[in-house]
Amino acid sequence: MLRLILSRLVAAIPVMGVVAIFVFLLLRLSPGDPAAILAGDTATPEAIAAIRADLGLDRPIPEQFITWIGQLAQGDLGKSVLSKQPVATMIGQRVEPTMSLALTTLIFAIAVAVPMGILAAWKQGSWFDRGIMALSVAGFSIPVFVLGYIMVFFFSMKLDLFPAQGFAPLRDGLPAFLERIALPTVTLSFIYIALFARITRTAMLEVLNEDYIRTAHAKGLKEHVVLVRHALRNAAIPIVSVIGIGFALLIGGVVITETVFNIPGIGRLVVDAVLGRDYPIIQGVILVFSGVYVLINLAIDVAYVLLDPRIRY
Amino acid sequence: MRTRRFHMLVSAIGLSIGLGLLAGAATEAVAQDNKKVLRFIPHAGLRITDPILTTAFMSRNHGYMIYDTLFAVDDKMQVKPQMVDKYEISGDKLTYTFTLRPGLKFHDGAPVTSADVVASLTRWSKNDTMGQKLFTYTKELKAVNDTTFQLVLKEPYGLVLDSLGKPSSNVPFIMPKRMADTPASQNVPEEIGSGPYRFIKAEFQPGVKVVYEKNPDYKPRSEPASFTSGGKVVKVDRVEWTTIADPQTAMNALIKGEVDIWEQPAFDLLPELKKQKDIEIRNLQPLGMNYMLRMNWLQPPLDNVKVRQAILHAVQQEDYLAAQVGDPEYYKVCGAIFGCSTPLATTAGAVGTKKADVAKAKKMLAESGYKGEKIVIMAPTDLNSINQLPLVSAPLLRAIGMNIEVQSMDWQTLVGRRAKMDPIDQGGWHIFHTAWGTADMMNPIANAGTKGLGKQGGFFGWTEDAEMEKLRDSYAREPDPAKQKAIAEAVQKRLYEMVHYIPLGEYFQPSAVRKNIKGMLPSPAYVLWNIEKQ
Repeated sequence: MLRLILSRLVAAIPVMGVVAIFVFLLLRLSPGDPAAILAGDTATPEAIAAIRADLGLDRPIPEQFITWIGQLAQGDLGKSVLSKQPVATMIGQRVEPTMSLALTTLIFAIAVAVPMGILAAWKQGSWFDRGIMALSVAGFSIPVFVLGYIMVFFFSMKLDLFPAQGFAPLRDGLPAFLERIALPTVTLSFIYIALFARITRTAMLEVLNEDYIRTAHAKGLKEHVVLVRHALRNAAIPIVSVIGIGFALLIGGVVITETVFNIPGIGRLVVDAVLGRDYPIIQGVILVFSGVYVLINLAIDVAYVLLDPRIRY
Repeated sequence: MRTRRFHMLVSAIGLSIGLGLLAGAATEAVAQDNKKVLRFIPHAGLRITDPILTTAFMSRNHGYMIYDTLFAVDDKMQVKPQMVDKYEISGDKLTYTFTLRPGLKFHDGAPVTSADVVASLTRWSKNDTMGQKLFTYTKELKAVNDTTFQLVLKEPYGLVLDSLGKPSSNVPFIMPKRMADTPASQNVPEEIGSGPYRFIKAEFQPGVKVVYEKNPDYKPRSEPASFTSGGKVVKVDRVEWTTIADPQTAMNALIKGEVDIWEQPAFDLLPELKKQKDIEIRNLQPLGMNYMLRMNWLQPPLDNVKVRQAILHAVQQEDYLAAQVGDPEYYKVCGAIFGCSTPLATTAGAVGTKKADVAKAKKMLAESGYKGEKIVIMAPTDLNSINQLPLVSAPLLRAIGMNIEVQSMDWQTLVGRRAKMDPIDQGGWHIFHTAWGTADMMNPIANAGTKGLGKQGGFFGWTEDAEMEKLRDSYAREPDPAKQKAIAEAVQKRLYEMVHYIPLGEYFQPSAVRKNIKGMLPSPAYVLWNIEKQ
């Protein structure tokens, strides 16, 4: 296991290197000028040129790249062009909202979807199964921003149960945190509930037709023991894979939910940085999250080994 | 047996859903401290905290929170002392001697001294249009003692006090010398001023949240507050600026009372906001904003004044204003280039404000020698405040026979691309549209669109016009307001004659405010003192 983890971590280094080169070049070759943005609409060309020189943006691209890589080697992600705040600090400020939303969504989606998928498979062809599948289609079909506005309209504006927007960190207390995160979580969960429920149902259906399940029933085991200990455990590999991929997608895909609910997360940080051509932030976030994706994939591989002793790396 | 197990499983699912929802429904209010907190949605996120480095209005408004100014303007646009206690002008009008008010202190407790003022004004003069002009006439700016400083001119200059009291970007804010010694092309490393609020750095999240607290050491002037002048009395303990990018979300937050003021609600949401019993729509920026169409004089065929004049005659303001603003309550057709309600407002020379003359435009275009060359209009799709303007220009110019290509891009791409002087096939451009605050263009020196300096200091479009520069210089030298006004008229006529830019009308961006918020001041910049939360 330790060998697996170490080998994956070592293999991640060239991956991160390629990501770094790609992101750097992509940004430098795309249109836009951070100095012009920094100076403002009525700034003179001379003022813009002075700022460009000060930021080092007038230097050759290879020189800029070497400077950046040198900083990275010392663990420094650089400073925002616009705000002059360290990129690491800015990412740190935005990680909590995004990770909170991703984790609560994941937990809520698994808590709802996996039992739904198990029951749908168990009662295949029943009204319950068809209902779950219909909900699944709805979950895939409704855009998250539409659902978000509907949730806000009913639960916040009409029923006054939740705030309309904003995020409260955990240090403000659990009630405040939950009050703010509830609507975005339910909104964002919808599509993942649909996805996880379908995958769980499909994986369970395959397993439920296996001989060993019949044997388990013949042995007189209780239904929930057969379903959970025998069927779900053997169906877990595809479910875990999809949950892992879903988590990675969640981190990268929360920007619309963050916007609708005004959650100051990583998604909005990146969108704002792209619009403002704040190169260090874009580079920093992409690098950090490439690393996070590597770790998520590693966690999935580790989960495989733990769930299925037959799997060896 | 199976039915019982099924019920157990359903119960388990229900429990898990219920737990999630119950947890989410924990609606205990966030603990409030006992301070009076004013919550404000600004028009954009604050990222650049240095109002001298950038002309962005966000940074200017932030500047007014934490810095103070030597002079300021009242609601008649008269310049009034602010940090200055008294001043004298020598008989030859070459030496201005200023004395600071006693007891001025920076937020770190240090007294405001003449050395801070000299360093601040010197830095401001590097970036600001009026500052640059003032310093070309300045022989010496020096500290006489800790509270007195002197500005010595090479020759009389009519805009000394107007420059020091200018209300909009770049505003000559006074910073500690150690900050003001920062090169004007770099962000200052701290946020220490002597203004009515203190910046709370620990709570600053660039682009998301800015927090200010009342400056207990601030001593407001005794005069009533008026525009940016007078007593800046702070009646709340804390102000929170929270950026809300989505207009619908911002409106919801305001209706629910989660915020108190929304600086710039989208025009299409105003009817809904007006229906709300707890919300008022207030015009707090009486000088308004101005749309404009700017052409690139370096780019053929727009280097030909006859082509530019043909374009001038092809457009009419009403089309732009109706498309971009919609409700006539919030716009005004007006050809004045220094604002429609300012001391220099005039209609002299104005063309195309009320009605386009398409026949004349076609005739002029035919006479210009235009041969159907492609005209590239840059269109920013992401900037809601101006994104309709290029879409109005395109059919109007096609109607007189021009070959128009609208190139869509985001605003920041446009900002980068408009700095290019290259030909079209190498990324150049012909036309872009923008909007400026009237406060930034109230006279020929402040209005960067009137510059005739070409590639050497001109605004994008690089209008080169020696005659215009002569007029601007004579305006700057002229101390008599009546004569200044006559020169400003000549500047406006020249602008229309050579088509430096085409004014597309004035509009007013109202704010949406909860009714319990009292005392908000109309002002050329957005100011948040004098406000009570009842």
